[in-house]
Amino acid sequence: MSLLDLFQWFEYSSLLVEMRSSPWLFPIIATIHLLGLAVIGGAVLIVDLRLLGLGLSRQSPAQLARDVEPLLRGSLVVMLATGLLLLMCFATKYYYLTAFWVKLASLCLVLIFMFTIRRRLIMTSEMKVSAIRSRLVGLVSLSLWVSVVLAGRLIGFP
Amino acid sequence: MSLLSFCEWLAATPGSIALHESHYLYLIVLTVHVMTLCVFAGTAVLLNLRLVGVTMLRVPVSELMARLLPWTVAGFAVMVISGSLLFYAAPLDKYGNLFFRTKMGLLVLAGLSVWAFYKTAYRSVVEWDSSPVPPGRARVAGCAGLILLAAIIAAGRMIPYQTYWFE
Repeated sequence: MSLLDLFQWFEYSSLLVEMRSSPWLFPIIATIHLLGLAVIGGAVLIVDLRLLGLGLSRQSPAQLARDVEPLLRGSLVVMLATGLLLLMCFATKYYYLTAFWVKLASLCLVLIFMFTIRRRLIMTSEMKVSAIRSRLVGLVSLSLWVSVVLAGRLIGFP
Repeated sequence: MSLLSFCEWLAATPGSIALHESHYLYLIVLTVHVMTLCVFAGTAVLLNLRLVGVTMLRVPVSELMARLLPWTVAGFAVMVISGSLLFYAAPLDKYGNLFFRTKMGLLVLAGLSVWAFYKTAYRSVVEWDSSPVPPGRARVAGCAGLILLAAIIAAGRMIPYQTYWFE
């Protein structure tokens, strides 16, 4: 089964055919996806700003990251679930969109980066991390997220 | 001059027509509007959740506001500017759009709720600044903020789908 077959199966599965028959379902799922973006935006931003030396400064990155962990996980689950549903609505179209694959690639990269390099840096005592390294990690994380959101926006363009 | 005739006048200005027809510039403005949502709504969600007593419980409310609110305000300024440009590009479409009208109404409500928060609960912030769960009035303000924020985002996202719902 090729990737295209998989995407076509997504789009023409009975659940999805039923979903598309009500025209307002896509906007509703897209809205939930956007609400999730607001929450994940805050959870990512507050830690990345801290790594860049901005925003909250008296708390350690580790404390901030622990504080927003439930928000991050919760919104990530919502984003992935609604994202998959959105993909399924127009899977065959997305298969041919560069922006979609850019988004998928940056999403994979940023998730790997967040749960490996970024997490390790955050959990290391601040004394042992140079300001430049912490800024670099914050910058990479933010840039990758910007690329995810930007590519995501491009997917919807005419 | 009625609101409708103002929109008609605005729609006929060269700038409005240029932005409407520009395609790329319009899409860039739209992208800026969505990207800035992460900064504005992201920080606003955290502030409101702190007021409700859900997140950042060990950070004093006044400190969170002092460090985060500048980002929220800057984000809001970009949202208003890019949003105004989006309106400028198609004033008559927006005028007749029920979701757009709802969104504007909700924005006014949100402004009032922020004002009410400063006039009431925030006046006594020194008394509850560091308590993980702020007093009732502050929690109500946080809840109202979260609900209004979600409703504003939802109404904004629905603006292009008016025809699906009502026609």
